[in-house]
Order: sequence, then structure tokens, then C-alpha cells
Amino acid sequence: MNSMASVSSSPAQPPVPTVMGRSVEGAAKLTEKVSVRNLNFYYADNKALKAVNVPLYDRKVTAFIGPSGCGKSTLLRILNRIYDLYPNQRAEGEVLLDGHNILSPGQDLNLLRARIGMVFQKPTPFPMSIFENIAFGVRLFENLPRAEIETRVESALRRAAIWDEVKDKLQANGLSLSGGQQQRLCIARTVAVKPEVILLDEPCSALDPISTAKIEELIDELKDDYTIAIVTHNMQQAARVSDYTAFMYLGELVEYDNTSKMFTTPTDRRTQDYITGRFG
Amino acid sequence: MMEHTIKAFDADLQELARMIAEMGGLAERQIGDAVDALNRRDAPLSQSVIAADTKIDSLQREIEEKAILTIARRQPMAVDLRDVVGALRVSNDLERIGDLAKNIAKRVEVLDSELNLKKVMRGVEHMTELVLTQIKDVLDAFARRDVVKALQVWRGDEEVDAVNNSLFRELLTYMMEDPRNISVCIHLLFCAKNIERMGDHATNIAETIYYMVEGQTLPDERPKGDNTSTTHVPFPN
Repeated sequence: MNSMASVSSSPAQPPVPTVMGRSVEGAAKLTEKVSVRNLNFYYADNKALKAVNVPLYDRKVTAFIGPSGCGKSTLLRILNRIYDLYPNQRAEGEVLLDGHNILSPGQDLNLLRARIGMVFQKPTPFPMSIFENIAFGVRLFENLPRAEIETRVESALRRAAIWDEVKDKLQANGLSLSGGQQQRLCIARTVAVKPEVILLDEPCSALDPISTAKIEELIDELKDDYTIAIVTHNMQQAARVSDYTAFMYLGELVEYDNTSKMFTTPTDRRTQDYITGRFG
Repeated sequence: MMEHTIKAFDADLQELARMIAEMGGLAERQIGDAVDALNRRDAPLSQSVIAADTKIDSLQREIEEKAILTIARRQPMAVDLRDVVGALRVSNDLERIGDLAKNIAKRVEVLDSELNLKKVMRGVEHMTELVLTQIKDVLDAFARRDVVKALQVWRGDEEVDAVNNSLFRELLTYMMEDPRNISVCIHLLFCAKNIERMGDHATNIAETIYYMVEGQTLPDERPKGDNTSTTHVPFPN
């Protein structure tokens, strides 16, 4: 890594991290991998996000919870600029990845999406072999000899805890796998291009409990190397897998804190009502 | 507080609170009856206190089952989780209070003495009144999630300790006066200690209420006045 890159990967940190005017316990020693600063988002005239400020700490899992339409998926879609594919959608404010604003017009989107990978609610394997599902993305960004591609495919499948189930049928169609396996294949595909941040948008909502447990176990392992953001409707899942939790409501970030604090003694009344099943 | 989207969840929590109230009422009556039986040397009453303790025990088991089922079924979070955990803890304290009342009742029949107990019993009764008020107040505070009242109970235990200390000295003196008093005085010492322990359980409940409402444990050590463990009265020469 050259010196320029190492300088740019350590942005100026505020001395004591505060979110919404409160300091977050234990966060002082952490690095902000992604910093969302004063972010507004519009679907045409409809304002979907209102001045959101939130950090994603390096190698931590941040969960976004909130009722449908609160803006949590919108926020995730901004983080890798998927919204760029649609007309009439625009973002204001800053999203800093290692200190660089990824919303700036000069941002290379392909490169960005290699650094920030995303896994969607419904498993979306390509209609090709299991092997190609992984290799396809790798070839897009890197020109590697066949042997190295094979190594990369295997390590990605191992990382996603699906290798043992597919190693004897790598040429089978990705769509022939079960839902839970397809989702892990998609995670493998994301991991294969060596991203730095992984965005998970309701990754378990279409899965059975065993597959869900496997994905959660996977998240636990992946956080050693990646910064992870997960959107989930399953409160218990957020409590289980995340280090930090953000509660969003009507496009605003209502509360952000350590997950253990959020699920035992939240500060805001709306957070408490939501996580205890009183509205939403 | 706003109702849950799932009404049956509210019903579960209300049922837990109702069971605690029932258990608390029973425990209060057991204490009153046990000390009455002691005062009047009323063997039939003491027997009924001993028998009634099984009802408190079975209520505690029911609360435990209900709480565990609620956790399994509803996965309570935040204030709801603290509510369920609180019900578990309080039922434990009430069960112990019931056991202590039963222990007093058990001692009634073996009390057989020439000693004029009137004066000592006045002290025991005074202590019982104090503890009963403490328990009644803390159960009220539980029902209303009233932290201020819970804290009053929490601080009020010192007075109980003070009465216990003076009773302890008094009984020690009787024992020194005449060895034939030893048996009855030892039993009365245990009765007084039992009542003092009930007061401690009331403060435990107060601490639980604080946790249920505030989500934090009480910060500082409770003021404690029980120094019977270190009391020494020299033998008169």
C-alpha cells in the first residue's frame, strides 16, 4: 500500500464519538469505517431520510431496525449508491468511507461496489454454475490465472460456510440450491471480491431457522475482517448479531447505542415502544 | 403505558403481577398469624400457618413457570424483560418470607417457660408491625412501579434493625439472669432474627422495583443497622 492510501484511510476522528449528542460507551477506541453525515434522501419530492448521522465502526456489526418505511433500507442503498440506477432519487449530505465522500460525482461506482458489497433480502444467484457465480465477480475486478480463481472461489465458499455442501457439485446451477444455500452463495459472491464493508438487507427473512442460524454464525465470523451493516425486522436477530444498533423511524435516526443497552434500557420512548412490540 | 400489539402479551404480564399481589397478601397474613400464635401460644393457629405455607410455595412455582413460558413465547425486551425478571425475583423473596413466618410458627409449641414474656413480646410485636408496614408498602410500590416509595422502604429498614438490636440485648440479659430462660430466649432470638430477615427481603424487593423501572441497579450500599453479629454483653459478676 502506498503512503497516499494509508494517509487517506485514517480520517480525522472526533476526540469523543458522539451520536445524537450522546457519547457511546466503548466507541472511543474504534475507527469509523463509514461515517454518515447529515444525510438527506429524496424519492422525487418525498423526503425519505432526514439529517441522518450515524457511524459504522470498523470490524463491528451495526444493526438497523425500525418499522417498514422508516428508511433503513434506503440508507443501505445509499451506502453503495445503488440508488444511482434510478432517476429522480437523490442524496444530500456526506457518506465518508475512510474519510472520502462516496457521494461525490467523481466516485467510481464499480470500485465502490467492490469495496462495499451488498446481500439482498431474496437470494439472487446468477443463472449460472455455482463456480461461475463466484468467479464472475472476481474476473470483473481482477485478471487472475485460472488456478488462482479456483483458489479464490474455494476460499470464498469456505468463508461463507457452504463449501462442504457444494464442493462436489461446483458445476451445478446456482439456482438448484436451497434458499439458505443460495443466500450463503450470495454472501460468498460478495466476499470473493474482497470488500471492506458488507451490507446485509434482511438476509434471513426468506430463510428457515437453521439457515438463519448459519448466516448469523457467519456474520459472527465475518466481523473479524469486515465492517458489517445489517437491516433486519427480527429484533432478536439484531440483539444477537450486532455490536451497535440504530433505531430509525419516519426517516429519522431516533436512537443509536451499544446493542446491549438498546435492548435492555433504551433512552427514547419510541425505541422502547418499538422493541417491546407496542407499535410498528 | 401503551398496550402491546399482541394483547395476550399484556395479559401474560398482568397475570404475573396479579399472582405476585396474591402471594404478597398471603405472606402478609402468614406473618401476622405467626406472631399472633407466638404471642398467645396458640397451637392450632400455628399449625394453620405451617399448613398454609404450601400455598405460597406452589404460587412461587406457578409464577416461575408463567415467567419462563412468557420469556419463551414472547421474547420480552427492555422494560418487559425487566418486568418478567422482576416477578421472578420478587416471588423468590416472598417465598422466603413465607418460610420465615412458618419457622416462627414451628417454635410456638416448644415455647414453655415461667418467664413473663409480655415485655419481650411487646418488642417482637413492635418489630413485626414495622416489618409488615415495610412489606405492605413495598408491595404497593411494586403494583404501581413507584420508585419513590420503593426507596423509602429501602431506607426504612434501619429502624427494624435498631429494634432487633435492643431485643437482642434484652434477651441476652434474661439468659444471664437465669439459665432456665435460655431455651425460650433462644427461640425468641430466632423469631426476632426471622422478622429482621423479612425486612431484608422487603428491601430486596425495593431494589428489584428500582431495577424494573430504571433499568439500573441501585448505586450505593443500603444503610444497615443490624449489629447483633458483633454485640457483646459482659456477664454480671
